[in-house]
Amino acid sequence: MLKNKFYAKFLIMIGAALILSACANKKEEVMDNTPAPVAERPAPAPAPAPVVSRIDPLSQEALDSVMGGMAGSMVYFAYDRYDVDASARAILQAQAEWMKGNNVNVIVEGHCDERGTREYNLALGDRRANAAKNYLVAMGVPASRVRAVSFGKERPVDMSDHAKNRRGYTRVN
Amino acid sequence: MRIIHIALLTIMTFMVATLPSKAIIVVDVNQGHVNPLPIALTNLIGSDQAMTASGSVQQIGEQITQVITADLERSGLFNTIDPRAFINSGASNAAAPQFANWRSIGAQALLTGTIDLIEDGRFQIDFRLWDVLAGTQMTGLRYYTTPNNWRGIAHVIADTIYKRLTGEDGYFDTRVVYIAESGPYLERIKRLAIMDQDGYNHKFLTDGSYMILNPRFSPVSQEITYLSFYNDTPRVYLFNLESGKSEMLGEFEGMTFAPRFSPDGKKVIMSKADNGNSDLFSMELSTRRITRLTKHSAIDTSPSYSPFGRFITFNSDRGGSQQLYVMDNDGRNIKRISFGTGNYATPVWSPRGDLIAFTKQTGGKFYIGVMRPDGTGERILTESFFEEGPTWSPNGRVLMYYRKYPYDNRGGGGETQLWSIDLTGYNERQVLTPLDGSDPAWSPLIDRYN
Repeated sequence: MLKNKFYAKFLIMIGAALILSACANKKEEVMDNTPAPVAERPAPAPAPAPVVSRIDPLSQEALDSVMGGMAGSMVYFAYDRYDVDASARAILQAQAEWMKGNNVNVIVEGHCDERGTREYNLALGDRRANAAKNYLVAMGVPASRVRAVSFGKERPVDMSDHAKNRRGYTRVN
Repeated sequence: MRIIHIALLTIMTFMVATLPSKAIIVVDVNQGHVNPLPIALTNLIGSDQAMTASGSVQQIGEQITQVITADLERSGLFNTIDPRAFINSGASNAAAPQFANWRSIGAQALLTGTIDLIEDGRFQIDFRLWDVLAGTQMTGLRYYTTPNNWRGIAHVIADTIYKRLTGEDGYFDTRVVYIAESGPYLERIKRLAIMDQDGYNHKFLTDGSYMILNPRFSPVSQEITYLSFYNDTPRVYLFNLESGKSEMLGEFEGMTFAPRFSPDGKKVIMSKADNGNSDLFSMELSTRRITRLTKHSAIDTSPSYSPFGRFITFNSDRGGSQQLYVMDNDGRNIKRISFGTGNYATPVWSPRGDLIAFTKQTGGKFYIGVMRPDGTGERILTESFFEEGPTWSPNGRVLMYYRKYPYDNRGGGGETQLWSIDLTGYNERQVLTPLDGSDPAWSPLIDRYN
């Protein structure tokens, strides 16, 4: 455990350095295969390093941070669609790399907007959750570590923007 | 948990000298609101000395008449005359009423009756329905019931009146299971609840620690099937109202959802998802054996049997958009039946067999409508910002569904409410619930005579 923590701290410091240097750059550079368990949070303290180092490397916060400044645990889908588009693929790829480096299990939640019937949206959410799961598995994550669960339209996160509710959310289980 | 006390109720025909005559007054259920029948409902007469736990027998008699009045009024088929217009009270009605006095206030039908607390602690309730114009008795019945079941007997009497005057079975002695919703709109608590059709005797059946959706009543027993998110694992469950016990139906790798009983109550038909693809299956409850009914890469969901179980209607996007389909109960002969503009969903076969109710989505609005099982005769009954999930009254004359209001820009709005509408498209009413409500499912008529 201690060793793990030390290792994590080390990684985080590297990651923090990477982020600092990559801040102004385009996101492609952050989206490469380098595992970067870095939390990009609104830093309250002047020195970011101690804040970052508090993040448990196996936590949801760490997963949220796999894309640096972007929300790393969330992918979005088009209306009534479940195909994983290019931006979702980049995020899922980062999640997969993170999972390969951190021994955690996840639930991929499939969600829909509220403009449809409950039962159809449960089915659509299951398509989305499994599409995201299948991508993680294709990127080398063992299927046994990923559970796909549909929440249909029952857990909206945005009351005005339907597109924000059509999502796949990867949650540390 | 034993909710309905069935055993202590008996029924006898009332021995009266007057033979029931042929009714000359008839309510046409197909006319909806056009000519509600004027009916006078007098208080059941009882002693103000005899006391029960819930008040004097006289008070209970008055309350029974109030429940009957509310039932008949809500149906939209009756105009219940304000008791302040009555020239006679119900008091003298052991004998024939003074019909001229009832005719003069416009009543065409009249209810009179008595209530007595008898030696074994039960109520004896006698009532008569009179044809005011012909001056004859239409129905006379006697019921016995335990005092705590007085609301039930009021619904039974309302059903008797409805049936005698419309020729159709009533639907007042029924219950509704639904999803009670509470909490902030982005963190809704959704739990299973049950109530009488008129909103009384409300109970929560789950505590809200996990989400419940899609409840459905068994047509033949005190059982409910529904979707539970217990342990973040959405699966179909069976719940026994009498024992209070619930159990998961089968153990499957993927999600099971959208359950519905077969008409004989022996099977549950449902969707089962396998790696993201939802197909239809039926499960025999006695053996838990499942049978695959559809195999298609599209979404197949919301299945519902025809009244004798020969056919199944369901929702699928196999044609590129969500539409309604009908197939044989073994999955053969799949035919699309919806061809209008927009998406169609949640088809539910009427208990009478003549219609399929559905949710329709087009032009940014949602609609509840009906069509014949061959897809002809589509008729929209109601529309709003969002509504879905119709359920039929057991007599196939009324639909209940839920409506969701838009969010406002101040973090409010978004209420969900239960509503009902007559098949004629008139008499739309909110069904009041203590919290927000969604996913209503109507019970069959309660069988109190077993």
